[in-house]
Amino acid sequence: MKRYIVNSRAACYAAILIVLLVLPQFITPYHVTLMETGLSLAIMALGVNLLLRYTGVLSFGHGAYFAAGAYAVGLLYMYLPDHFTFENAILAALLVSAAISALFGLVCVRHTRVFFSILTLALCMLLFAVLEKAYHYTGGSDGIRIPIPLFFGHEFEGMRRFQFLCGPYYYIVVGIFAAASLVMLAIVNSPFGKILQATRDNELRAEMIGIRVKRYRLYAFIISGIFSGLSGGVWSFVNGHITPEICNWVFSGEVVYMVLLGGFMIFEGPIVGAVAFTYLRLYAVATTQYWMLIIGATLIFLVLALPGGITGGIQSLFNRLKPKRA
Amino acid sequence: MLQIQNVQKSFGQFMVISDVSFSVEKNEVVALLGPNGAGKTTMVNLISGHLRPDAGKILLDDRDITTAPAHVRIALGIARNFQITQLFEELSVLDNVRNCIFSTEGRSGRFFKPANAYDGEKTEAMNILETFNLAQFALEPAAGLSEGDKKILDTAMAFALKAKFLLLDEPTSGVATSDKFKVMDTIISAIQKQGTATLIIEHDMDIVAEYTDRVMVLAEGRILADGASSEVMENKEVKETLFGVSD
Repeated sequence: MKRYIVNSRAACYAAILIVLLVLPQFITPYHVTLMETGLSLAIMALGVNLLLRYTGVLSFGHGAYFAAGAYAVGLLYMYLPDHFTFENAILAALLVSAAISALFGLVCVRHTRVFFSILTLALCMLLFAVLEKAYHYTGGSDGIRIPIPLFFGHEFEGMRRFQFLCGPYYYIVVGIFAAASLVMLAIVNSPFGKILQATRDNELRAEMIGIRVKRYRLYAFIISGIFSGLSGGVWSFVNGHITPEICNWVFSGEVVYMVLLGGFMIFEGPIVGAVAFTYLRLYAVATTQYWMLIIGATLIFLVLALPGGITGGIQSLFNRLKPKRA
Repeated sequence: MLQIQNVQKSFGQFMVISDVSFSVEKNEVVALLGPNGAGKTTMVNLISGHLRPDAGKILLDDRDITTAPAHVRIALGIARNFQITQLFEELSVLDNVRNCIFSTEGRSGRFFKPANAYDGEKTEAMNILETFNLAQFALEPAAGLSEGDKKILDTAMAFALKAKFLLLDEPTSGVATSDKFKVMDTIISAIQKQGTATLIIEHDMDIVAEYTDRVMVLAEGRILADGASSEVMENKEVKETLFGVSD
């Protein structure tokens, strides 16, 4: 029975991957780039949910690690243009976000609940100020342009930016997204993941079975930061331009919104949330200049009527339709 | 094995443990009795590393662990349960016990391979659940257990740490009277197999008489009496303190 469930889950994932891979044949190029945005943000949403769902702390400052990843790419281009390849850029994004999240994490994991959230937010805004004010080093509020990179020595010569995004880059994003999701799935089901959940449920007891709670929380924080950095690195090429805005608390809040929209109780929720949010924002912006109102109203609706988010709603619908076992 | 030497602890102005010394040897099952507020749970917190004493020493196998953090003490073999149950409520009953096993085996930091794929730990956890009569709830979240079963799971978790020295703070409070002896039988027989030294806080005199070799009475932060249970129970001062009668 269990094997059957595992296999049906694997089959589901394989089906989704196939759909993602053939999707560009059926949607407009513009929507392909939107999917890229959604999928790269999904990597970050998974990272944020490692903290929210599995560690029990809510970060309002993950824009900092997203920005760390994106700026690692941007600064690599600015200062070491000869080494500006896709693989170097992603490696830089991973390393820089790991370093920054380790540094900020040391401060944040000493606390939980609202104190943790406030600390993450404060540190995020600190980095925002640095990125914005250090004009000569970071381009300030003008940001940094991100060109098409070399990819393992391969040059996309003569390819225009839009063609690059709609063609090869889409498959790169899908590949990285799929790998990141599987890594995160492995982490939450591993002994480490179970111990994290134990520290979430009962810090005192976790300590009394020999767990160094703060250290585990720090590990989770760094992993979550690295996922955000990867997300920022991948996204920077989609957007083609980065500004300090991605380090603002507004963006950090949007990611929390994505997680809630998709449903934080279910592993796949944040992925659904990130893609859904990307489209929701697009249609809200296209419909009215008061688009923030639509986003806000949706959030209120979510919290009141659908606390489990989209995936939670679908799950309870399934549970209701499923014939009850005696 | 465990030695407590002139330990003191106060909370602000209030002296909870004024000067306590005792030792517990291998294979020994010792009961710690005392009226409410005598400092019994504080004693457990001091030994398990949840609190630090203001003065005095705590030794385990002649090693000074007075200031050692909790995770070091657990690695050295001190485990405890909780009077007020402390579980990982959202995790399954199996995961509650298995996490303890991962922790003692130093596997709690392992990534990637799913927890379910560690067959040895799973079998061991299931055996412990079997022993404690909880196997049928293995896959249920711990939050769904009855209060009595939660208490038993709490003890099973302490037991899963494979301790040399086990601290049991009222292991049968909240357990149905009809099950109390069954639970204690399980705990004591498992302990004896491993040669574990045990300190039990218990209010039920029938259980104290049945299962413990030695009784200590703690009152107002001091050890009032220490000896074989029949002896201690005849002590006039003990009778007054514990039962409020002078004869």
